Amino acid sequence: MIRTNNLYKSFEGTAILKNISSVFDRGKTNLIIGRSGSGKTVYLKCILGLYEVDHGEIWYDEKNLVETPQKERQKLRREIGMVFQGGALFDSLSVNANVKFPLDMFTNMTGKEKIKRVDFCLDHVNIERSAQKLFPSEISGGMKKRVAIARALALNPKYLFCDEPVSGLDPKTATVIDKLIQSLTKEFQITTIINTHDMNSVVEIGESVLFLADGEAAWEGTNKEILNTDNKKLNDFIFANKLYAQMRNRNT
Amino acid sequence: MLKRVFGRPEKHRIYIKQLFREIDSLGVNSVWIVIIISLFIGGIMTIQFAYSMSNPIYPRTLVGLGTRDTLILEFSSTMIALIMAGKIGSNITSEIGTMRVTEQIDSLEIMGVNSAGYLILPKIVAVVFIFPFLFIISVFFGLIGGLVTGPLVGVISLADYLEGIRFLFYPYYVTFSIIKSLAFGFLVASVPAYFGYYVQGGALEVGKASTTAVVNTNILILLFDLILTRLLLT
Repeated sequence: MIRTNNLYKSFEGTAILKNISSVFDRGKTNLIIGRSGSGKTVYLKCILGLYEVDHGEIWYDEKNLVETPQKERQKLRREIGMVFQGGALFDSLSVNANVKFPLDMFTNMTGKEKIKRVDFCLDHVNIERSAQKLFPSEISGGMKKRVAIARALALNPKYLFCDEPVSGLDPKTATVIDKLIQSLTKEFQITTIINTHDMNSVVEIGESVLFLADGEAAWEGTNKEILNTDNKKLNDFIFANKLYAQMRNRNT
Repeated sequence: MLKRVFGRPEKHRIYIKQLFREIDSLGVNSVWIVIIISLFIGGIMTIQFAYSMSNPIYPRTLVGLGTRDTLILEFSSTMIALIMAGKIGSNITSEIGTMRVTEQIDSLEIMGVNSAGYLILPKIVAVVFIFPFLFIISVFFGLIGGLVTGPLVGVISLADYLEGIRFLFYPYYVTFSIIKSLAFGFLVASVPAYFGYYVQGGALEVGKASTTAVVNTNILILLFDLILTRLLLT
């Protein structure tokens, strides 16, 4: 479980996050949504410890990240998997080597054990063996995301962060990626936080949704509740997409 | 940044593997260009020395001596470093800069890897290690360039040239230039790495950072050349 208490972050005197408190449960796909510039990415980077907060607490189970010294943070980060918007795969390494990288860096596994683990991770994200020798520049956007997920899983993380995991993908591939993240979250009981502005993702896998507006936690709920909320800011965000406006009209 | 670069590596074996990769890509791949440039410059210098010393009061051996000392003292250390700042430096800035803008560096950080150490330290060690070799290769092929060109175009006889390059040889000149090469190697790797590591934006900014890195490295090489020459030679 990850919990933030009164998280406040400003840049050059401008408040970006205004006392955000939220809980992200284990085994659930927790979504952070909001318009561009609402503070989603800053919030995610604060939780990851990439930005220092002005004040507030960030709890990874029993450990408060804010009070954790840098060396301890490095250790904590080994329990974190991260999927970046563009995949952030290492260009100079093959698919196989990308997934193997954290194992080489942080484990004392034998060569055989590493191969077994890499195969296990890549099988879980449905990457064929024939694609393992390819380089990131030779694979599609959807495959890059899947390889990035496999790499994030390599060290068996307790926490998984995904920044816009389906942006730039076609709707069918996006659904595949969403479902994949959800199934892995359940299977390995990971605390997953997904940063997105994709409403399809919200409807598909939003077991817990936090809506940020102007740096504040403006709404919290589930994908079942979100279409029937009377929060004006949230409605403006959701129903900017006409498809969801039609869905609501049909429901009412 | 340097404190992080020289921080304790997570796993020495990975860094050593990375070091050999960098020696190959940054150093070994530069050998051909150094040979080609040195051959031509050696030849050109021999012709120019022969031309400027065409007065019969100068002994012909001075042509070989001048070519040798210019290669050892300045060309093969400083000029090769300036050329390598363009080749290796822009390569380092664009590689690290691209990793920055595509979030690959963030990815390393989140994994718990010291990204500055992992990406920059093997490059610095590789370039510092390879530069003295490039210096020696450059001197050798520069002299060969003069040896072939001088007699071929008829400005100096082979015997005079050979006598000239062996005349009044001070081994300290080589030591001095190797010290310069080590310092220049450090600059050629570390300055572009700095500009790449802290780049912000996209492809355009990476391109601009590469240019800035090469210009700054060149200026620093010349400044250090002046300082080291003053300290070690006069």
